[in-house]
Amino acid sequence: MGVGITVEHLNAFYGKTQALFDINITVLANHATALIGPSGCGKSTFIRCLNRMHETIPEARVEGEVRIGDLSVYNGTSATQLRRRVGMVFQKANPFPTMSIYDNVAAGLKLNGFRNRKQLDEVVHKSLHASALWDEVKDSLHKKSGASLSGGQQQRLCIARALAVQPEVLLMDEPCSALDPISTGKIEELIFQLKEQYTIVIVTHNMQQAARVAEFTGFFLLGKMIEFDKTEKIFTNPSDKRTEDYVTGRFG
Amino acid sequence: MRTRFQQQMEDLREKLLRMGGLAELAVDRACQAYTERDLTRCRLVLENESLINAAEREIDEMAFDILATQQPAAVDLRFILAVTKINADLERVGDQAVNIAERVMDLIELPAVELPVDIPRMATAVSAMVRRALESFVEGKAELAQAVLEMDHVVDRMRDEAFIMLVRKMNEEPQATQQALDALLVARNLERVADHATNISEDVIFWVLGADVRHHAQAASAAPRPERREQ
Amino acid sequence: MPDTNSNSAAAMGPRTSIPQASIPPISLRRRVADHVMTGISVLTVLLVLVPLFAIFAYLVYKGIGSINIAFLTQTPKPVGEPGGGMANAIVGSMVILGIASLLGVPLGIGAGIFLSEYGRNRYGDIVRFVSDVLNGVPSIVIGIVAYGLVVMRQKHFSALAGGVALAIMMIPTIARTTEQMLLLVPQAIREAAYGIGVSRWRTTLSITLRTATSGVITGVMLAFARVAGETAPLLFTAFGNQYWNWKTDQPTAALSLQIFTYAISPFDEWHRQAWAGALVLIVLIVAAVAAVRIAVRHGTLAGA
Repeated sequence: MGVGITVEHLNAFYGKTQALFDINITVLANHATALIGPSGCGKSTFIRCLNRMHETIPEARVEGEVRIGDLSVYNGTSATQLRRRVGMVFQKANPFPTMSIYDNVAAGLKLNGFRNRKQLDEVVHKSLHASALWDEVKDSLHKKSGASLSGGQQQRLCIARALAVQPEVLLMDEPCSALDPISTGKIEELIFQLKEQYTIVIVTHNMQQAARVAEFTGFFLLGKMIEFDKTEKIFTNPSDKRTEDYVTGRFG
Repeated sequence: MRTRFQQQMEDLREKLLRMGGLAELAVDRACQAYTERDLTRCRLVLENESLINAAEREIDEMAFDILATQQPAAVDLRFILAVTKINADLERVGDQAVNIAERVMDLIELPAVELPVDIPRMATAVSAMVRRALESFVEGKAELAQAVLEMDHVVDRMRDEAFIMLVRKMNEEPQATQQALDALLVARNLERVADHATNISEDVIFWVLGADVRHHAQAASAAPRPERREQ
Repeated sequence: MPDTNSNSAAAMGPRTSIPQASIPPISLRRRVADHVMTGISVLTVLLVLVPLFAIFAYLVYKGIGSINIAFLTQTPKPVGEPGGGMANAIVGSMVILGIASLLGVPLGIGAGIFLSEYGRNRYGDIVRFVSDVLNGVPSIVIGIVAYGLVVMRQKHFSALAGGVALAIMMIPTIARTTEQMLLLVPQAIREAAYGIGVSRWRTTLSITLRTATSGVITGVMLAFARVAGETAPLLFTAFGNQYWNWKTDQPTAALSLQIFTYAISPFDEWHRQAWAGALVLIVLIVAAVAAVRIAVRHGTLAGA
């Protein structure tokens, strides 16, 4: 089951440069929330603050409060522990090239000490099913490396890998931007089904995708969140002129 | 940035306005034909009907094309939807003008009779409604559209009055029944034109405010528009 | 409306493109230059390969006659007596190199990991500098250092001392190549691991290092091949031995030392054996590198 995310007065910095200004959002559990905005507006930075990946960049820091469920992200737990509850799928699929498909999916568990072969088999099976990849790879789980799949399959493999550690939240940073329309369609279908079990936050450049996939949408501009509302409203009758200008293509 | 898209939207708008002009002209001509018992004008109305129909097809095609290729969102999406609806209403207005012209042609063949109904006054009101509705579209002003909605009641009353008076006339002077009937139908056609003008205004409000005010739903719940923008 | 976007084609004004037909074909001069440069490149490759094969061919020519079972299984005979072999030197070299690898490879890889993952700062720069300096120290000086560190303490020569000397020489090479190979691993791979909740050190060992395995092994093999033939550092550490030695607290024979001793001697018999020894040394090094490469390829998956 997914949990909700609460963000309060989030400010993020790269050294002296401020990238996010006083962001306040509530993300509902078991819903998909999209974040849109022009390049450089801070939506990727924001999503990386949710699982503390932002910290992996030297000189990056964060102020403010983020809570996943009732767990405080910055004060309640280590980054490593947190990232087992908050999974992430990146813009460019990044399967581990030296590992087989099976090992890729099981990586999160195996590298944290999980060794029970039967249980691993089950988790791999379930995760690959959940990411709609099972049928395509079931015969070459141990033989083929993660990098030998097509782009769309690789991305689904990364989704399976993220799901295998059984997170409650799934963060997706432009997961389809490098994929063809058919693969994109498959992944969008997937997000629809995953919503029932996970809370999903998806950053996207593609407004129609946000409209198709997410119940709520937030519009970011220059590090601030301008508007956050039901997706349908943002795309038919947004409240802020800047949102409307972006959504109708008058800039960005 | 999307200059081709903006251009297409601009073209669409112009086409619709031109069609609106044609429809308005048709109604005015038909009503003048009634007042002056002018056959030539009636014929003109019937001839120009095809122009209106052609315009309807063109506009629908263009709107469809923009929807398919440009994926308009928010206000642009509402605009396209409004245009397709206004398009249909204007074509109907053209049809009603033709109906009026046909009634007038009938009346001209019959002996002239004094009728207790002020068609010219009704025609003026209805014409004003159509013009104002089109104006509200040109200017993108919801207030103008709202004014049209209010004028509808007046025209409805005029039509009801006309019915009562003309039915009485038919009872009193059975030999004038045909003329009275024709006049009654003209009144009804005019009232229909007023309805279409109302529809057009509702569509304009939907486009500008994002509020669906059809069937007398209130526009008060719509979010206030930030500032008006050049379309 | 006026188009102010300078990227659009319309803003560039009327078409001023050059029609395809008027672009002149590639001139003769340029085609000749192209061929000449290609020729020079091939020539330089040959210039590099020729000495390599020449050396190898010459070694085979001079040494193959002296390689026989006796050579490979017997210890050296005293001066004047014909026959004998370098069996103890072959084994001794393997032992010394084994010790050197055991010491040098983990330390070198560890240093490389530090430099790449945790050393992108001033401290890392210092380590890099030291490593480069160490790389440039003459091998005989390293031999002397090992002498001081190990031999003098233990009061005897040993394979261990020889191994230490060679390990010191291996470390800078392994550290630098490991660092470079790890840096080549895209950051996206590390992020993928962080994203599923793998700790940093675990990511470095199990993911980053594993991805760079092939390159790291190349670096290790490079270092290995280099020290396998070193003679000077072994002069005062392993010292050489005419007999079999299985203890770690006694001087040990090594191929490079034996070749040196025989080569500067006045005896023809010993010269011939030196050639044979040199050939055996080269073959063993090539065999070791090839064996490791095959082993690694066997363990690699389809498509990786």
